[in-house]
Amino acid sequence: MTRLIPLLIFIALVALLAFGINWNKHHEMFEVPSPLIDKPAPEFTLPLLYEPEKTLARKDLLGQPYILNVFGSWCPTCQDEHPILTRAVKPLGIKLIGLDWRDDPADGKRWLAQFGNPYDAVLTDPDGHAGIDFGVYMAPESFLIDAQGVVRYKRIGMFTPELIASELMPQLKTLGQPVTTK
Amino acid sequence: MNRLVILIVLIFAASFAHAIDPLPFKDRAEEVRFQNLTRELRCLVCQNQNLADSEAQLAVELRRQVFDMMHSGKSDEEIKQYLVARYNDFVLYDPPVKAGTLLLWFLPGVLVLIGAGVVFNILRKKSRQPVVATDPEEDW
Repeated sequence: MTRLIPLLIFIALVALLAFGINWNKHHEMFEVPSPLIDKPAPEFTLPLLYEPEKTLARKDLLGQPYILNVFGSWCPTCQDEHPILTRAVKPLGIKLIGLDWRDDPADGKRWLAQFGNPYDAVLTDPDGHAGIDFGVYMAPESFLIDAQGVVRYKRIGMFTPELIASELMPQLKTLGQPVTTK
Repeated sequence: MNRLVILIVLIFAASFAHAIDPLPFKDRAEEVRFQNLTRELRCLVCQNQNLADSEAQLAVELRRQVFDMMHSGKSDEEIKQYLVARYNDFVLYDPPVKAGTLLLWFLPGVLVLIGAGVVFNILRKKSRQPVVATDPEEDW
């Protein structure tokens, strides 16, 4: 029996390493869970990209759920995510608000003119303070905020069609949001 | 030779340099407090760097935020709370002991104890065995 102990330890070690590899496949090591989940979204009042003299505040968006998508013209992954937002998120019928984070509004406008604007409204945050309030650290990031202004879900990094199906759609269903299928 | 000594001194001095963004500290004490605080905070972009060392744009902004909060009279604890409310305990290099961090805090100690137990057992068994004279001719 004691002769088996090294083998058992070896098997336990292999199991541990296999678990680690498997865990890493399904989790992003850089992902820091947001403390905002199930808490009211932070207050913000931000100028609109296309009408800088007007602002949009957290309270203006209460009443229906929306996705706040944080992007920037300087962010290459946002460019990768852009067609997915247009083709897979926008057709879901949920309000899509863009936050042009830590970006010169002129650059943000040019970026949207080049790739198309999937957003119902675009907010600007050139100095990045609103982004910090939301705990943004790696664009693109997306927040699902319900009609009461509570953060229900956060995606760090880009949306993929798989994540939309496995994470976003179930969240939308719990909100009672009618999900239009393509 | 002298040149070599100067070069070596300069190379080592480089690790103490804090170029980064020049912030208008009002005195040395405030600067030391700022450096100590930002060394305890983790950068979210380069996750194995602290806020004091990181050159990431977000780290620059968070340092600025820490600096502004210090100036508006916030305590270190309040500044940490501000960041934890946004970025989780992850920003702290010294996370608080609570249900979610129990493993992090105590697992290493438990493992050391288990290891010590195993070693102790082996030694005890060995000491009970009669000492056998080893045969110098033993074939290795």
